[in-house]
Amino acid sequence: MTALLPLTKKDFVSDQEVRWCPGCADFAILATVQKLMPELGVPRENIVFVSGIGCSSRFPYYMNTYGFHGIHGRAPAIATGLKMSRPDLQVWVVTGDGDGLSIGGNHFIHMIRRNVDLKVLLFDNRIYGLTKGQASPTSELGKKTKSTPFGTVDRPFNPLAVALGANATFVARTVATDTNHMLATLRRASQHKGAAFVHIWQNCPVFNDGAFDLMSAREVRDDQLLRLEHGKPMLFGKAKDKGIHVNKQGFALEAGAADGGALVHDETASSPTLAMALANLEDPMPWAMGVLRAVPGPTVDEMAQEQEKQAMTQPGPTDLSALLNQGDTWEIE
Amino acid sequence: MTKAADRPSHKDLERAVIRFAGDSGDGMQLTGTEFAREAALFGNDFATFPDFPAEIRAPAGTTAGVSGYQIQFANHDVFSPGDAPDTLVAMNPAALKVHLEDLRKGGLLIVNEATFNASSLTRVGFLTNPLNDHSLDGYSVMKVDFDKLTLAAVDGLGLSQKEAARCKNFFALGLIFWIYGREKSREEKFIAERFKKTPQFSEANIRAFRAGHAYGETVEAFQTPMHIAPAKLDRGRYRNIGGNVATALGLVAAGQLSGLRLFLGSYPITPASDILHELSKHKRFGVMTFQAEDEIAAICAAIGASFGGSLGITTSSGPGIALKTEAMGLALMIELPLVIINVQRGGPSTGLPTKTEQSDLFQAIYGRNGESPIPVIAARSPADVFDVAFEACRIAVEYRTPVIMLSDGAIANGSEPWPLPDISKLPRIDPKFRTDPANFHAYQRDEETLARPWVKPGTPGLEHRVGGLEKDALTGNISYDAHNHELMVHTRAEKVQRIARSFPPSTIFGDPDGEVLVIGWGSTYGSITQAMIEARAGGIRCGHLHLRHLWPLPLDLMAIAQRYRRVLIPEMNTGQLKLHLRGQLGLESVGLNKIQGKPFHVAEVRAAIESLAQTPAATEAATHPTQPEALA
Repeated sequence: MTALLPLTKKDFVSDQEVRWCPGCADFAILATVQKLMPELGVPRENIVFVSGIGCSSRFPYYMNTYGFHGIHGRAPAIATGLKMSRPDLQVWVVTGDGDGLSIGGNHFIHMIRRNVDLKVLLFDNRIYGLTKGQASPTSELGKKTKSTPFGTVDRPFNPLAVALGANATFVARTVATDTNHMLATLRRASQHKGAAFVHIWQNCPVFNDGAFDLMSAREVRDDQLLRLEHGKPMLFGKAKDKGIHVNKQGFALEAGAADGGALVHDETASSPTLAMALANLEDPMPWAMGVLRAVPGPTVDEMAQEQEKQAMTQPGPTDLSALLNQGDTWEIE
Repeated sequence: MTKAADRPSHKDLERAVIRFAGDSGDGMQLTGTEFAREAALFGNDFATFPDFPAEIRAPAGTTAGVSGYQIQFANHDVFSPGDAPDTLVAMNPAALKVHLEDLRKGGLLIVNEATFNASSLTRVGFLTNPLNDHSLDGYSVMKVDFDKLTLAAVDGLGLSQKEAARCKNFFALGLIFWIYGREKSREEKFIAERFKKTPQFSEANIRAFRAGHAYGETVEAFQTPMHIAPAKLDRGRYRNIGGNVATALGLVAAGQLSGLRLFLGSYPITPASDILHELSKHKRFGVMTFQAEDEIAAICAAIGASFGGSLGITTSSGPGIALKTEAMGLALMIELPLVIINVQRGGPSTGLPTKTEQSDLFQAIYGRNGESPIPVIAARSPADVFDVAFEACRIAVEYRTPVIMLSDGAIANGSEPWPLPDISKLPRIDPKFRTDPANFHAYQRDEETLARPWVKPGTPGLEHRVGGLEKDALTGNISYDAHNHELMVHTRAEKVQRIARSFPPSTIFGDPDGEVLVIGWGSTYGSITQAMIEARAGGIRCGHLHLRHLWPLPLDLMAIAQRYRRVLIPEMNTGQLKLHLRGQLGLESVGLNKIQGKPFHVAEVRAAIESLAQTPAATEAATHPTQPEALA
């Protein structure tokens, strides 16, 4: 039994040249994940990174673990088969806004619905990068891109709300420019049992530069971001002088004073209502960052294994010969 | 009475073909399978052909809702479900309308006369009642009021009118049992077992069954029971098996004999779903089944499981296979085992979901982007599919490749006696997982098979990455090198070609050389075999080669074909194997093509053999206008 594995960040760096564009936020995510890995206490050979197609999906090549670069949108499906059949492995899914929410949207919601025990990192840069700059399902309405020279006419959706709509047991958001917050958030995801979904804002310096500046740039972030902490009042602003309150007229959240009844964050609330309200906060309200929801729930991999164990105790044929001899059989002398 | 006693107690026959036909709700499939089981347990050889509509309950009494089940059973080897029924049971005018044309002239027609009322007749376009207008004079007609007799039989059991009427298929079964001289006892036990949760229905169905049998006996003046003795099958233990169940069992056997966990990713589709149903029962044999959100997820989950060291399997039919195409390319690129099963149905698009066809051969062999060779094998009958599913797993594991196995609706839903295999004689499959980290390269190949190492995640020191981008020929790292790509394209093709080295010599039925060689594949096997037997009996020197391996092709195929003057290829498509063999081997042949959602009749194939044996080579194009190149 190994108490502490003598692994360092370096052990998780593969020998492959990293081929993202200079200045890409993916570098920061990669470094943060590699930094987190030694802490997990999981032998390197028991970790698998699975991805789809897109810039973010090159991620597995750069991790010195087992890795599977799949096909466009299908990483959740590949990872589901892997995890159900090999529950002993720790499986991470790396995807993007196009891969995970557009072509792979169906697999994404069903992975969440089944609560497969996967850590899911969605790199959201609100653009298609590898195909050189088309609108994605998270591109803002009216955004001008190569494929939408007059602006998009399709509304974006909110990845956190999509996940919560599928009854996600773990939902969090972070931003690649804040590596400490990202590390803490990924750590929380790694500890969750079930589908742990982390929405990562990730700047694309080539096709959508400054995508998240309005929320996360140094000079605005204190007012624009609401850093959630479980059990603590939801406060924001440089001086933490503003708080989140329930709008008594309806079911919405609103900004108000820091003192006098700012809502206390409860990521463990069994109802997803608060998490959904937080997920839907956007300008002029601050954007929720950190863990919105973390609740226990049965995982499909665990239940499938349990069913298999149960089956072993049920009456029935115990060997192949007995199995083949079931049904209508007769002997020809 | 004395007169009856003077007659022989039964009439001996070599074989018989019965077709049960009625509304989708009349229970004809159950009636047919019950009779097939009795034939099996009695010792007859048999083959069945269920034929039903895609709609679960099409409007009652319409021709669209007619469901049929045909069985040929005999005291000798049976290869096909038979051409023309000797006996047709028509539960309503719609069933009569649809199936009468197939009934042998002079054959026995049993009709439920209770349903022949004005509105039912009009509904299916009968202007006059065929039971009275002499249009059935060429047949031996038995008019029976199933409804009245069944209701009387179950009277007193407290059944509603509707429930009571539902027992009439067992009345029909009882009558057929009497006509074909079958004992009641075994069937009564099965009915009791089948309905044990509802003793009331159990009793009602047994009573209806007995009443049908008794009715036959009572109207004895009409018929002498027919007797078809047990067939002289080889010694051993047999099981009555349907194709989809046999497929599932072949997969389980391969899992057991390779020590691999089976992981099935599947999405419901006709006519493949029963494989999912069957496999989902066998969790204690290390079978995990996953009903995915769609066809793509189903295959991708299976690929993920194979990456984890299980044997991934996915099952579907043509339209679903189309959706899986991209993922098949991924599987062949990462070179890991995967079994893809296509239970073919009528296409294209949604096509004819419940009808049989063999039109997905091109899709299987050629239907992907890029140079993407995948081995393709096909089953010929409900029992054969056990061996073929096992063989698909063997190839997949030994050569680290996706394998496509083709079945079809006729195989999936048909059934026949299956000589149970001796498990000790089934080959073992060795997954040969790589565990040694010394000099490990993810794409270093076995010299003989060209298979690459299969490594289970969790193995220390062998961490590596796979994916759909082109691989370096040794390390498996991404490579865009021009010559490496060409090398890899040729290597992947060569690996698949080398599988042919592991095939046994091809088996030829009939004459080893002669006038005509019939090459077939898939469920045409039975009709071709019987046609070939009859053609030889008629003095034609001919043989039959039935291809299990469609890609790569057997190495001896061309040499065998050259021993015959002409080659005939019957297919339930417009000539896909014909074009495949011409393209790959330069083999010239004549096609016999039927695309009606129905198997070939023996007579159709026999006529084609006879015509080809007599036709000089030069005139073939004119006599076979359906050749695909003529359309091009």
